[in-house]
Amino acid sequence: MSAAFSDTARRELEAILSRYPDKEAAILPALHLAQREFGYVSDEAIVYVAGLLGFTPARIEGVATFYTMYNRKPVGKYHLQICRNISCSLMGAEHLIEHVSKKLGIRPGKTTPDGKFTLSEVECLGSCGTAPVLQLNDDYHENLTEEKIDALLDRLP
Amino acid sequence: METVLTTHFADEQYRHVDTYLRFGGYAALRKALSMPKEQIVEEVKKANLRGRGGAGFPAGVKWGFLPKDLSRPRVLVINADEGEPGTFKDRQIMARAPHLLLEGIAISSYAMTIHVSYIYIRGEFVREAKIVEEAVAEAYAKGFLGKNLLGSGFDLDVTVHRGAGAYICGEETSLINSLEGKRGWPRIKPPFPASVGAFGLPTIVNNVETIADVPWIVTHGGEKFASLGVEKNGGTRLIGVSGPVNRPGVYELSAGVLLREVIYTHAGGLKDGKALKAVIPGGSSTPVLRPDEIDVTFDIESMGKIGTMPGSGGVIVIAEGTCMVRALSVLMKFYAHESCGQCTPCREGTGWLAKIMGRIENGQGREGDLELVLDVCDNMMGRTICPLADAAVMPAQSFIWKFREEFDRHIQDQKCPFGNKF
Repeated sequence: MSAAFSDTARRELEAILSRYPDKEAAILPALHLAQREFGYVSDEAIVYVAGLLGFTPARIEGVATFYTMYNRKPVGKYHLQICRNISCSLMGAEHLIEHVSKKLGIRPGKTTPDGKFTLSEVECLGSCGTAPVLQLNDDYHENLTEEKIDALLDRLP
Repeated sequence: METVLTTHFADEQYRHVDTYLRFGGYAALRKALSMPKEQIVEEVKKANLRGRGGAGFPAGVKWGFLPKDLSRPRVLVINADEGEPGTFKDRQIMARAPHLLLEGIAISSYAMTIHVSYIYIRGEFVREAKIVEEAVAEAYAKGFLGKNLLGSGFDLDVTVHRGAGAYICGEETSLINSLEGKRGWPRIKPPFPASVGAFGLPTIVNNVETIADVPWIVTHGGEKFASLGVEKNGGTRLIGVSGPVNRPGVYELSAGVLLREVIYTHAGGLKDGKALKAVIPGGSSTPVLRPDEIDVTFDIESMGKIGTMPGSGGVIVIAEGTCMVRALSVLMKFYAHESCGQCTPCREGTGWLAKIMGRIENGQGREGDLELVLDVCDNMMGRTICPLADAAVMPAQSFIWKFREEFDRHIQDQKCPFGNKF
């Protein structure tokens, strides 16, 4: 399968390019688009974005690998990103991570064999007042307890 | 108490321009566009508005660093990277009052003759970025952004730019590099962004809250804003309280509020009647305080006298029965993870701090470990391009200095007396 943006994504990239004085500044937005279009920032995605913007693939890979949100490997349908930083830890995040890990049968950093869940430990998500917090794909889930996480995971299709 | 920012935060419609207008929104912009630019800057200086991102640099002074010569276009970059552990206030402004931020951007840009602004929002704030983008579209539609603002002849373009997960990008020069499409490596200063910033142009980088304060300052005057705070630290600020308290959340309080009052009056004290063991006052990078040190006002000078900072306003409360060694270990892992890797003292030092603290917490501490940690800290502090190294050192030093006995016990007993858990 050769990577290419959909027409929608191409139009979005055009609009993005018009907001900056050069193409380089569109690298982060283009990588976000690529992740959305291709599911993750694959080698093909990197080569494609490089071609679109006029940079070497090495240059694009250098940027992609700096930022935690660009997944260089596929993630599950549901990416569970649980904050492990100080306020969330004080409010029990470590126990929640252990709980989810046992429930799904995977260690943090891994994906379930059916490809449904990836579990990650992440740093501060900027919602410390409602700790513990997790980010499920794009969405924050706050004030978590084991019961709330179970309810959340059990109802995901 | 007079509120500058949060007056209408509870109204779910306030994020929409019609409601914002109904509550008097964009009147400050209208007023500003008829004022001489120097006067706006003067009001911001009189306001004693210190940067709300953590460093507390006076905003009016920073604005004055732009070159007088207008031949090169300037850029205003809004730092919405909010990544300092314990800090969650800018998220509230963006989600609940995006037009307040946009109005602040418009006024500030006009005052500094800036026609291009980027709002750099951390990548994880997907929802907040969408809300701000919607507000930007509404503002363009109503002529508060774009060409010829309110018929003034002043043009301004604002673009939301999302980050992609990197704490270091909250540092202004790292943010600029990230905006430009690079790895988020900080730059050595000088040159300062006001001389050479985004795309090589004179650039001012300000925190979300700092800029959101500007409309009120224009409406009511800098002196009035200053009077809400204390002598060198004017206005109110958004203080977030997290940890095991009864009412965690963001509170808008005077810059001179007593820390004890923040914890016990506003946040309702500790849950289950527990005693306070420690409190980090301004985000994880600020030196920790003991319970006997909380009768200090939140302003920069007063906190400075006792060796800490109000930083980003993130109060992290730690209760009795919490392992300080484990807490420090969590933080050291964080800084090691987030080090951009550019400077040897930070790259290697944060790694060492995380490794040694991890060993101590796991009951494998050795005699001399604490001296080693403090020695590593000395070789990091002030020896790097950006303050991330210092940010790791502040908790490391202060936790060990103030809770030394606990660290010694972990090493002597070869185990965590709290059972390796919080």
